[in-house]
Amino acid sequence: MFGKLTLSAIPFNVPIVMGAVALMVLSVVAVLALVTYLGKWKYLWTEWLTSVDHKKIGIMYMILAFVMLLRGFADALMMRAQQALSYGSNMGYLPPEHFDQVFSAHGTIMIFFMAMPFIIGLMNCILPLQIGARDVAFPLLNNFSFWLTAAGAVLVNVSLAIGNFSRAGWLAYPPLSELHFSPGVGVDYYIWALQVSGIGTTLTGVNFIATILKMRAPGMTMTRMPVFVWASLCASVLIVVAFPILTVTLGLLTMDRYLGMHFFTNSLGGDPMMYINLIWIWGHPEVYILILPLFGVFSEIVPTFSGKPLFGYTSMVYATMAIAVLSMLVWLHHFFTMGAGPAVNAFYGITTMIIAVPTGVKIFNWIFTMYRGRVRFDTPMLWTLGFLITFTIGGMSGVLLAEPPADFVLHNSLFLIAHFHNVIIGGVVFGVFAGVSYWFPKITGYRLHEGLGKAAFWFWFVGFYVAFMPLYALGLMGATRRMDHYNVAAWHPLFIIAAVGAGIIALGIATQVLQLVVTFIQREKLRDTTGDPWNGRTLEWSLPSPAPAYNFARIPIVRERDAYWDMKKRGVDLKGATFVPIHMPRNKATGFIMAGCMFVTGFALVWQIWWLVIAGFAATVATLIRHAFDDDRDYHIGADEVRKSEALYGRVKAGSV
Amino acid sequence: MMRHFWSRFCRLLPLAATALLAGCHGALLHPAGPIGMAERSIIYTATGLMLVVVAPVLVLVVLIAWRYRATNTKARYEPEWSHSTRIEVVMWTIPVIIVSILGVIAWRSSHQLDPFRHIPSPDQPIHVEAVAMNWKWLFIYPDLHIASVNEVAMPVGVPVVFHITSATVMNSFFIPRLGSQIYAMANMQTADNLVASRTGTFRGISANFSGDGFSGMTFKAVSMTPADFKQWVAKVSASSQHLDAAHYVALDKPSENVPVTYYSQVMPNLFEQILAGKFRSGQLLARAAAPARGSK
Repeated sequence: MFGKLTLSAIPFNVPIVMGAVALMVLSVVAVLALVTYLGKWKYLWTEWLTSVDHKKIGIMYMILAFVMLLRGFADALMMRAQQALSYGSNMGYLPPEHFDQVFSAHGTIMIFFMAMPFIIGLMNCILPLQIGARDVAFPLLNNFSFWLTAAGAVLVNVSLAIGNFSRAGWLAYPPLSELHFSPGVGVDYYIWALQVSGIGTTLTGVNFIATILKMRAPGMTMTRMPVFVWASLCASVLIVVAFPILTVTLGLLTMDRYLGMHFFTNSLGGDPMMYINLIWIWGHPEVYILILPLFGVFSEIVPTFSGKPLFGYTSMVYATMAIAVLSMLVWLHHFFTMGAGPAVNAFYGITTMIIAVPTGVKIFNWIFTMYRGRVRFDTPMLWTLGFLITFTIGGMSGVLLAEPPADFVLHNSLFLIAHFHNVIIGGVVFGVFAGVSYWFPKITGYRLHEGLGKAAFWFWFVGFYVAFMPLYALGLMGATRRMDHYNVAAWHPLFIIAAVGAGIIALGIATQVLQLVVTFIQREKLRDTTGDPWNGRTLEWSLPSPAPAYNFARIPIVRERDAYWDMKKRGVDLKGATFVPIHMPRNKATGFIMAGCMFVTGFALVWQIWWLVIAGFAATVATLIRHAFDDDRDYHIGADEVRKSEALYGRVKAGSV
Repeated sequence: MMRHFWSRFCRLLPLAATALLAGCHGALLHPAGPIGMAERSIIYTATGLMLVVVAPVLVLVVLIAWRYRATNTKARYEPEWSHSTRIEVVMWTIPVIIVSILGVIAWRSSHQLDPFRHIPSPDQPIHVEAVAMNWKWLFIYPDLHIASVNEVAMPVGVPVVFHITSATVMNSFFIPRLGSQIYAMANMQTADNLVASRTGTFRGISANFSGDGFSGMTFKAVSMTPADFKQWVAKVSASSQHLDAAHYVALDKPSENVPVTYYSQVMPNLFEQILAGKFRSGQLLARAAAPARGSK
């Protein structure tokens, strides 16, 4: 009846896990109770959960990402604590089978359910506003994509309470991830969480390519697009190219595990090396899917806070495109030590180094944007400067690792861990925080509390160096990754320093939570009434904060690269006299229901509850078919209503009727 | 604001420096053999070359941000300036030059330091067959008919050819102080050519996560004088434990933190049979050993 699922799947005897589960359940119950208490269920359902508004979907993405940041960071603290303790006769507090789950979950959550939703959330909130569009190309698909991502995230977290998570690392290398070596449900949770959310990500890529190519305001040629839009376009193309590879690779692993096939097993001709190639053919572009949009974010922030246009726009665009293309040609540098031979290794080493050229050009571009500018050090700019310093150092250690013989000794060491956290925290995480603090007024209508934002930056910045510089040193001392215990005395102090660093980062995260609370309390004081709090340059700042549901009452006409800056220069009046009805997509529950059904299907597949698999899948398809017969998909906001709404923001010309 | 930044940054430096200095005592920066030496020199050279551009960039970020801070009204402000062909040429050219040099190094060193490449030496190399198991390393000396678990001995100055495979999941064979690691994979044979230029006991590890017993999967790599090595061989040859098929199957059972064990009278072609999947345990054993797969 319930497949492999029995009551013993819940780890009642592991206090740490049960504590975490209790915390998780309590938080969920608290949120549900709060919604009930406020009587907001209907509001939540009609205005948010079923919303097809890109701005609301973007906010939901970022809430998901922030919650997952807390979860993934809790894993990080557990690892740091374990390695700080577990020296010599002390075995630490986590047994290997638990430690292995913690690092597997940390990587999986941080990449798929923290970084990706943050980036896609930012793209959702801002990109349509920057190109003068009223929504993305496929609004309902957008809603569906979000719920698929959320379903994947829930699946990963359910594994904490029911069963266990993968112990095979965040990329689940076979043969370790094969049934023979990982017989439990952990790898299955990993597979289905990634499959469900991966489909969502692929659809997002499709959606944004269509949006950027087809929905730009008149006059916005490709070379007038803001660099964030360019970067998002490149990232979306990479998503569409790379994510299907992930889907197929995990599909083959699934066939090994469920149907007794031998794609990647040790026997009967299985070839684990094939999996490692395939997963990195997805995995390396994925790295650039993460960082490219944030390069775009920095390219928006630096000009705004320097009071100058971006230096070398064309260089920047070519550099972005070059990185996107090259990112498909470097995957083998993740396993020089597989023994592919010197010519192959050297080829991939050199292509990897070549990426440093366009990346270096970008760094110079940002520096020369500040040159002869008027640089303001608001929080977004602090994150950007922190990024410029940290990412440059991380890039340097990356190029070092691209020398195959250097990699022969540094591969899989803590030096590698330090390197990729150096670029992912210094680049992706700092970039996300820069973007969030920059666009928070546009997204919510309120500026974030500035003092706490700066404090959070300093905690993160200092914490990062204290946490990861020791890891570089440890790598040079021959310490490898994923150890739950070690016997080398010289390593111990460095692991303790690293744990202290993680503690400092924890203070940074706590400050950010506090910042949100204080911002909420002081919201009236922090309200952005201008719509343009930073003296911005791109179209999103020409709108009120937050932007109305329809974004633009009139679609703007673009004449220059920094379109809004140009309008300000020419003194264009944003007030309207006549208004026309606006065609809008209608909110639908289809995405939520389908993703819910797919979550059930995924859960049933993990536990091999076959009747539920069939039922869940059938329900997904039925929902889709039902939707196909639903003609009530759009509506018009009447001209009067638009006028009323615009009047609220003072954007109606006096005397006009 | 920037002063604040600087004071923080400066306070951070000693800490980072301490950490890095600690790293200088580390295995990779104190190699005990020419392969490790060559790899260390690549780390130094590449880092030095990159610092040529990275160090000025780091300084420029801070200097330019500070110089052109909004409160400094004395600094020149050009609100429309966004293009300079000269600067753009320079900023594309410098990274191209550095990367070209690094690329040449990558090409040449990849060939010179290919782990499969034999190390030229007047001495006949010693062949050692290394098998990654759950969770220990088995070292077979095929010419001497001896084997040991979690300890590998070698005469100083004599090149060692490691033939590497795995009886289980993927591992990575790595003696940090000697240099180059290489993956150990079932059904596959990789090779690692190493030589120690001084005597000593070095830490050997698996550098690729392989499951619950991974952390304890360490071994001792002992470089000794030829006389000591002879004695070591004699000691192992005198071991009462023999490594035949039955003993191998027993050894193949998962075990953790395994003490050093010596075996004499190792069955011939044991490594080849492991490589062919003869002993693969679990549900795949029967089919893996079936004649259909072409085994003898």
